[in-house]
Amino acid sequence: MTILSSTIEAMMNETRLDGNAAAGPLSELFARDITTALATCAKCGRETPVGTLFDYGQAMGVVLRCNGCEGAMLRLVRTPGSLRLDPSGVSMLIVATG
Amino acid sequence: MSGSATSSIPRLEWKVATVVAVRDETRRARTLVLDVPEWPGHLAGQHVDVRLVAEDGYEAQRSYSIASAPGSAHVELTVERIENAEVSPYLCDVLQPGDGVEVRGPIGGYFVRRPDDRSPLFLVGGGSGVVPLMSMLRQHASSGSATSVRLLYSARSHDDVIYKNELNAIVAAGRARVELALTREWPSDWKGFRRRIDRAMLEEVAPPASDGGRAYICGPTPLVESVANLLVEIGYDAASVRTERFGPTA
Amino acid sequence: MSDRPFIARGFHARRPTGNAARIPPGQYETRDFPVLSAGPTPRTPLDRWDFTITGSNGQTIRWSWDELSALPREQPTVDIHCVTKWSKLDTKWGGVSVDTLLGLARERAVTETGFVVAFSDGGYTTNVPTADVTGGKAWIALEYDGAALAAEHGGPARLLIPHLYFWKSAKWVRGLRLTERNEPGFWEQLGYHDRGDPWREQRYQGDP
Repeated sequence: MTILSSTIEAMMNETRLDGNAAAGPLSELFARDITTALATCAKCGRETPVGTLFDYGQAMGVVLRCNGCEGAMLRLVRTPGSLRLDPSGVSMLIVATG
Repeated sequence: MSGSATSSIPRLEWKVATVVAVRDETRRARTLVLDVPEWPGHLAGQHVDVRLVAEDGYEAQRSYSIASAPGSAHVELTVERIENAEVSPYLCDVLQPGDGVEVRGPIGGYFVRRPDDRSPLFLVGGGSGVVPLMSMLRQHASSGSATSVRLLYSARSHDDVIYKNELNAIVAAGRARVELALTREWPSDWKGFRRRIDRAMLEEVAPPASDGGRAYICGPTPLVESVANLLVEIGYDAASVRTERFGPTA
Repeated sequence: MSDRPFIARGFHARRPTGNAARIPPGQYETRDFPVLSAGPTPRTPLDRWDFTITGSNGQTIRWSWDELSALPREQPTVDIHCVTKWSKLDTKWGGVSVDTLLGLARERAVTETGFVVAFSDGGYTTNVPTADVTGGKAWIALEYDGAALAAEHGGPARLLIPHLYFWKSAKWVRGLRLTERNEPGFWEQLGYHDRGDPWREQRYQGDP
């Protein structure tokens, strides 16, 4: 969870959602709910549940960013004929199955 | 901790739910009571996606938190009407009992409160952010559990407080402590908070971090991020704070 | 997924009447100005801001904020179209024509090519054919509606290419790379169209 330095910064990012909002679109691809999965940021190494990542994609798609370094971790777009996932910002994803 | 209810899920599909009843909660908020075919049950805090398709093919999709407690006969969504928006005016003004509406869910395993979780619970909601928290509160109220539960709920005015009567009943029955913060207008004899949620308010209302409790914060993104940061400032561990952002303030 | 969509009784997109001829196929008019971003709002201080154009030969031309602000400015009023289906008519901008910038770049031996990649603070990129940013079709916009461009709408400067879907009008733009080949940008890598003409509904790769 990011500690913001100012209220103004928070206000300017007021449109961002989080991994909870991406759960529906992600369910079209993943067999398991991954919002509780631990994802490691490929850029900065931070490990955090997918549900805590910032979702900036809105209507264009899912863009989940690291809540530490803001690097794009996971991007998902639904085109008429395909689902396109760029997972390259995630170096590890751990889903508890117990 | 049992994760199987949401970790391994049947493929979520769009289903046509039937509106069984509608219930106006405030001048801006309406509860839709839905019968969803083959509903698998849900965890408190989860949501559904709602999809509206017009005859000309135009499509709009939004997420709505489930207000009803797990185990309820029907799935209840409380929708706040946002002026000039696409979906909420339709759900609040046009949809009638007997109509069908497409939903997909239940969705989300992160922002959930499991029924066997006995840690002290602190719920903070801004505006319609109270909806998923209400599912958690209803779950607790009907359980026999002695777990400590507090709700801090911020709304523009007393008229905009959703579930007023039910919250009063929950407090009267001693099932939870509820604090209201009105931000724009309040009755002259208002005894609750008369301002936005700030650090001093949280210091007064939040269970001490040392109690080992969990906090769930839901509402507009700026409120959620501000409260989450403040809870960490007053000693909460980041891992004990769960957030669900609803986007810009309406 | 369901094969035949369930039609929601009585649901239709809100759309102001009139102006139908100016709304591309599949679009709906809005009077709002929705804010869409792929990332957090960057805040580069103006004294550290610059705009560069780099040719395929590696030659670069650079303008500081003051230098760019001093260039001749135009005041285009244009319709804009977002791939998420909203269109907004008669939006008023102030900015420097990309033709002006490419002309100055040419004088510095920056080699022009067939394609352009616009890049922004925060890492956003988008690609367009050079032909779509020349001939009076594109600007680096510094003003919106008579005032300095707000950060949430891409300020201090954004690319403005109104005849293409608005994701091509990169917010927080910091420069152009002139490339020999088409290099898909942030959204194009995920399936959005390389060109994005709303009148031909070029929303996704493969749309003709």
